Amino acid sequence: MSERRPVLAVIGAGPAGLAATLAAAARGVRVTLIDSGTQAGGQFYRQPAPGLGARRPQALHHQWRTWERLRTGLDTRLADGRVTHLTDHHVCWVERDSSVEGEPVRDDPAAPGFTVHALLGPEQRESVAIRAHGVLLATGAYEKVLPFPGWTLPGVVTAGGAQALLKGGLTLPGRTAVVAGTGPLLLPVATGLAAAGARVVALVESAGPRDFVRRSRSLAGAPDKLAEGAGYAARLLRHRVSVKARHTVLEAHGVERLESVTVAALGPDGRPRPGTALRLPCDTLAVGHGLLPHTDLADGLGCRLDGPAVRVDDEQRTDVPGVWAAGESTGVGGAALSLAEGHLAGRSAAARLHGTAPDPARRTRAARTRTRLRAFSEGLAGAFAPPAHWAELVTDETVVCRCEEVTAGAVREAVGSLGAGDLRTVKLLTRAGMGWCQGRMCESGVAGVAGCAATPARRLPARPVPLGMLAAPTDDPPPAR
Amino acid sequence: MNPLELVRARAGTPFTVRFDGREIEALPGRTVAAVLWSAGVTAWRTTRDGGRPRGVFCGIGVCFDCLVTVDGRPNQRACLVPAEPGADIRTQEGTGHDE
Ligand SMILES: Cc1cc2nc3c(=O)[nH]c(=O)nc-3n(C[C@H](O)[C@H](O)[C@H](O)COP(=O)(O)OP(=O)(O)OC[C@H]3O[C@@H](n4cnc5c(N)ncnc54)[C@H](O)[C@@H]3O)c2cc1C
Ligand code: FES
Repeated sequence: MSERRPVLAVIGAGPAGLAATLAAAARGVRVTLIDSGTQAGGQFYRQPAPGLGARRPQALHHQWRTWERLRTGLDTRLADGRVTHLTDHHVCWVERDSSVEGEPVRDDPAAPGFTVHALLGPEQRESVAIRAHGVLLATGAYEKVLPFPGWTLPGVVTAGGAQALLKGGLTLPGRTAVVAGTGPLLLPVATGLAAAGARVVALVESAGPRDFVRRSRSLAGAPDKLAEGAGYAARLLRHRVSVKARHTVLEAHGVERLESVTVAALGPDGRPRPGTALRLPCDTLAVGHGLLPHTDLADGLGCRLDGPAVRVDDEQRTDVPGVWAAGESTGVGGAALSLAEGHLAGRSAAARLHGTAPDPARRTRAARTRTRLRAFSEGLAGAFAPPAHWAELVTDETVVCRCEEVTAGAVREAVGSLGAGDLRTVKLLTRAGMGWCQGRMCESGVAGVAGCAATPARRLPARPVPLGMLAAPTDDPPPAR
Repeated sequence: MNPLELVRARAGTPFTVRFDGREIEALPGRTVAAVLWSAGVTAWRTTRDGGRPRGVFCGIGVCFDCLVTVDGRPNQRACLVPAEPGADIRTQEGTGHDE
């Protein structure tokens, strides 16, 4: 009997993917949950490696009860066979069966399916093909970091990266840290590092209190989130972290590794105020300027994007039939929003794959949560911003593309004497953004330095892929209907 | 306080790996990057053009800054690859291939 259930491939086992998996599995769908990580959890609920034997992992986490609910739910579904969890599977691309056209409705015998191509393990030498009737993208986001002099020194890491190695590896890159940039992620990172024993000398945030007051209407709609912020403030105080609002990092110093950073206050024009520069000795700089949605898989499927994020409707459907998206791949808003979106996406997928419609989404609690948290994160996104003129602080010698070692000077020359007018031409002339990371790490930086708009690049496949795989046959038969 | 104490970790039996010839203690389950950070090492690659040191940047497999040579295989992402007992980890110079 269960063989006749439709199969949904959920890509990403973070809050969004887990909520979607549980919602869909509860409504008669078989779910193949696919993630490149070794354990479920995603970024927010990243778990320590089992070999480390953490008896109180919650000490590094928030909303642990929710995690326990998700974990128990997943275990139940793994046990009853409704969900299969494929760990260590990096999805490179998803393709739609081109043999048949039409809506992927379960009762339609000619329904099209999808093939998910994944590489196995961290080395990614072998590949597999996974078939499904529907695909739900819950691939989350990665961190945006704008360049500044010294940002390539060892000891300078992304804020989320420091958090990931702390939560997953129970380790710190050094003893004395500065956390800097802009955005809500800096708060859990600063308090997390401090709780784990690092001396966090300063939290350097380029936004200031006034940026929040101006948006107090949208922010007041989520009192729980404001309370969360107050909780962080108390913890920062307890760990004696000096909070420097409306400040920015001017430079990271060191020869073979980070030794100190210079920070300065920002004036009303968004430029550093003369005479305010301050040098802080540290061996770690955890820096971030917000998050960018992972959209490559959606892009490859031909889903429409809205700016940097995957566009979805009320049911979290993309504009490609049979493809849903939820969580931070559809816009950055934190774990609670990802959970709500994942739940709605899973419900919609279950209904649609059975050829029915979900209960009107608007009336459900998850839909209300989604509305409220989206408004809140829009308010936050407007308040948190890098310094208006950050690109002026990037000296010509500063490497902006970390992979190809392209300097700001080379980018400026491409725009100036070589006359490049858009990001594509800048890339072709300088090789900025053409390295291993496929421009993910430098795109915003190069665009800012060049003074061009950051147009999300098409990067297909989503990961550098061994050539053999592109030709590998899909030997896995379509799931029985 | 350290991270292991914070979560009251009771880790499995440590083992050793080699980093550029010297022995380093590793806890089971940690990635190569986590093992190196715990040993106070933050750089294990030099760039192709400038020969500049690099280590972890994004921590989640996106940036490819943490490339390292493990057991003779270059271009492994240290932030993803688990450290295995006896692994021979070496600083990766440039592309990691003899040129
Ligand atoms: C490095 C990092 C650390 C963060 N730490 C925190 C924190 O401590 N606190 C906080 O409040 N917020 C944190 N965030 C913000 C975080 O994005 C959200 O809180 C939340 O995790 C978003 O949930 P999600 O389900 O949308 O995506 P995620 O939790 O990011 O989950 C996405 C999952 O998809 C997987 N994935 C992505 N692409 C592929 C692919 N091609 N193939 C296979 N699997 C794939 C990933 O491995 C991941 O498990 C962090 C973000 C980042 C980037
Ligand atoms: S630190 Fe970015 S890929 Fe490993």
